[in-house]
Amino acid sequence: MGKIEDVPTVNGEGFQLTVLDKVIGAARANSLWPLPFATSCCGIEYMATMGSNYDLARFGMERMSFSPRQADLLIVAGTISKKLAPVLKQVYEQMAEPKWVLSVGACASSGGIFDTYSVLQGIDRVIPVDVYVPGCPPRPEQIIDGIMKIQEMAKTESLRRRYSDEYKSLMSNYNIESDEQ
Amino acid sequence: MSSKLNNEAVLSQLTNRFGNAILESSEPYGLLTVEIQSSSLLEVVQWIKDEPSLQVSFLTNIAGVHYPDTTGREFAVVYHLHSLVNNFRIRFKCFLPENALMIDSLTSIYSGANWMERETFDFYGIQFNGHPNLVRILNEDSMDYFPMRKQYHLEDETREDKDDRFFGR
Repeated sequence: MGKIEDVPTVNGEGFQLTVLDKVIGAARANSLWPLPFATSCCGIEYMATMGSNYDLARFGMERMSFSPRQADLLIVAGTISKKLAPVLKQVYEQMAEPKWVLSVGACASSGGIFDTYSVLQGIDRVIPVDVYVPGCPPRPEQIIDGIMKIQEMAKTESLRRRYSDEYKSLMSNYNIESDEQ
Repeated sequence: MSSKLNNEAVLSQLTNRFGNAILESSEPYGLLTVEIQSSSLLEVVQWIKDEPSLQVSFLTNIAGVHYPDTTGREFAVVYHLHSLVNNFRIRFKCFLPENALMIDSLTSIYSGANWMERETFDFYGIQFNGHPNLVRILNEDSMDYFPMRKQYHLEDETREDKDDRFFGR
């Protein structure tokens, strides 16, 4: 068996020692199942990212999850109108922990050019965001970079991130119920 | 393909038939535009649909306009109609005062008017009498104003991250 990422191991005869946190982190990071929430041109760039040229599957994301129940990473790519905001929030709430959110493009991150009464001025008004990808729309390379940053988080974060006080207070800021330990 | 009907003939038919209900007419870009009294709207639209020589039987669009500076006729409802048989288009305008924002619904003549009138209500607050379900269609249900009226800013007023100096405000 090849080396798993940068997980340090101690190999002996008939046994292998390692750190469970790091193994699980590496496993999570390399099998993120993304749920694409694509509403506009950023969604087209995301499709290119998934396509054979850029091939996001190289990062362990062969399977798009169109059910939030089986998704780890919510990729919001595009303009979110205020009418759509509760839907987005519900999708996020339906995802099981651990979960991450990638906000792709200017619209999802800040409303972008749509400084108007009907558009949500950034998805971080309804759900917490882990990584923002700037651009209008961002190129696939930028989206990949954002996803690699999420992978980095998945690798290095505590496995029990969701039970930390910081995380719980973040969730309560958004009026989202968090898991109890 | 040119139209089989011409604007003058249709307009004279309309004025012969409805007289006082026809308030004004013009032809911007060749499109016959007739201002009619809002109380006669149903009658005119029904007649122009049924009249065998015209058969203007397709409702293309309904839209609202807000003219905040013209007292007594602050709102307009604009109807675009099309005769598919004669390839002839016509536009009707009805002006309404702000304190009596009501007009008859066209849903009894055109089912397609349903959503168009809901949209016009949604953005301008114009009441359509006789509409089966006059509720918001595009905006979120919790919205408590009519956003296309001129007194409201187009910009989202809740955002803090844009510096007015850079946006000409």
